[in-house]
Amino acid sequence: MDGFVAIYIFMLAAFTGYEVISRVPVILHTPLMSGSNFVHGVVLVGGMIALGEAVTPLEQAIGFVAVLLGAANAAGGYVVTERMLAMFKSKEGK
Amino acid sequence: MALKWLIDASYFVAAVLFILGLKGMSSPVTARKGILWAGVGMVLATVVTFLTPGMNNFALMVIAIAVGGALAWVSGKKVAMTDMPQMVAIYNGMGGGAAAAIAAVEFARGEMHGVIVTLLATLGALIGAVSFAGSVVAWAKLQGVMRKAFRLPAQNAVNVVLALATVGLGLAIIAAPAIDPTLVGAFFVLSLILGTIITLPIGGADMPVVISLFNAFTGLAVGFEGFVMGIPALIIAGIVVGAAGTLLTQLMAKAMNRPISNILFVPMAAAGGGEAVEGEQKEVGAMDAAAMMRYASKVIIVPGYGMAVAGAQHKVWEMTELLEEAGVEVLFAIHPVAGRMPGHMNVLLAEAGVPYEKILDLEEINADFAQADVALVIGANDVVNPSARTDKSSPIYGMPILNADMAQNVIVVKRGKGTGYSGIENALFYKDNCRLLYGSAQQAVAEVIQHVKAMSV
Repeated sequence: MDGFVAIYIFMLAAFTGYEVISRVPVILHTPLMSGSNFVHGVVLVGGMIALGEAVTPLEQAIGFVAVLLGAANAAGGYVVTERMLAMFKSKEGK
Repeated sequence: MALKWLIDASYFVAAVLFILGLKGMSSPVTARKGILWAGVGMVLATVVTFLTPGMNNFALMVIAIAVGGALAWVSGKKVAMTDMPQMVAIYNGMGGGAAAAIAAVEFARGEMHGVIVTLLATLGALIGAVSFAGSVVAWAKLQGVMRKAFRLPAQNAVNVVLALATVGLGLAIIAAPAIDPTLVGAFFVLSLILGTIITLPIGGADMPVVISLFNAFTGLAVGFEGFVMGIPALIIAGIVVGAAGTLLTQLMAKAMNRPISNILFVPMAAAGGGEAVEGEQKEVGAMDAAAMMRYASKVIIVPGYGMAVAGAQHKVWEMTELLEEAGVEVLFAIHPVAGRMPGHMNVLLAEAGVPYEKILDLEEINADFAQADVALVIGANDVVNPSARTDKSSPIYGMPILNADMAQNVIVVKRGKGTGYSGIENALFYKDNCRLLYGSAQQAVAEVIQHVKAMSV
């Protein structure tokens, strides 16, 4: 990838992250932290590609760890966030 | 070619879904949809990755995903709401570890294209490893596995030396003509030690801010590794989380009036204990406490983490309903850092069934305390300590507090006479309008309920 294109992506993504969060009420801070924790679980994809390209046993072992940890980040992050947000349903019912 | 197009298009859609998901999660109305969208994005990105041409080790991949995913899924389902913060910490640490491991695989392959790629891989490895080690320590502390805050002599000097040594090694890796396995190994070991050493001296009360900081760190590490691997979806998701996490960390630190540098480098207890408080603590029995609230017209409850640990929020809501039947107006006042994370207490009260309109933020409710007959403080301490307003030598001076002391009467439910979580003496407990109701939150509130019931018959 062209170096400057990557820098543009960096910059725009940083502004997006900042803007998306800037008007969040305090009650959602914890679920949002958990939700953003889930989103960086996409590191799983990077881990899969790293493992997919691994050849030597050492590379395979580290790649395996990367996928294992990435999958845990994604799955755990989702369940925990979903459980917290499930509590917000009762509010709309009232 | 068509396959590559499908994969790239799917990653793009996933990136859009992540951003929309986060956007959705910043409003209570759309929050549940938000996590669902992000979840769809994650599944899509994971599934299409299997189609990537030229990949091997599919069996290992499936096993790793099944084992890691299932373990985290089950533990996430089982954990109690009060223990959420440490679960977020540990899952976040795993993400950081994954980013560091990706960098390690790239190093092991030994083919880095250019200085910038090596630089970003190294940065991602450093940040990811620090986030991993630090998050594990944070988890251990919140979980109670590790109770004490360890502080090395000359902690800050050790931090600086260690950080410089790690960065130095990182630069050596980048400058070396070929990847040197010894350097890389030493670099990872030092990064892990650095993450551990930085986090060890931090007190439990500051942990939410630190977890949030590590969350932003992991985001950055993922973004950097995304660049190394040339996957824009990783760059976007990682950097968006890095930026959002940084903002969230600032918001939290601001609510505690503790600059992030203070949290990392100045221990709370050693920041000066504050003035000694004179006077004595006056006790009250459950029956008198019940009478004070039953015949009040307005009661404001200030819940703290102590209430959540005791699992007393359901009892507190039961008491609230009884008081309301008797015509008392009851409100809940939530300090921004009540619980272990901003918003944590709201989640816990919502779980117990307390409706949202009764739960008010610091700014919304602080003026109300002066008209309240009773402020009932349950398991909260520093957030109602008036020393934060007056005592310049107090470590929490300047922190915005709930003005519970302005109420006609203050009842504090407390386990014993000791100082709280942060070890700071609370001037509120010695005030003339303050009474202490000793006992665990669960049992004390249960007794009050009995007496309120008896009075209502």
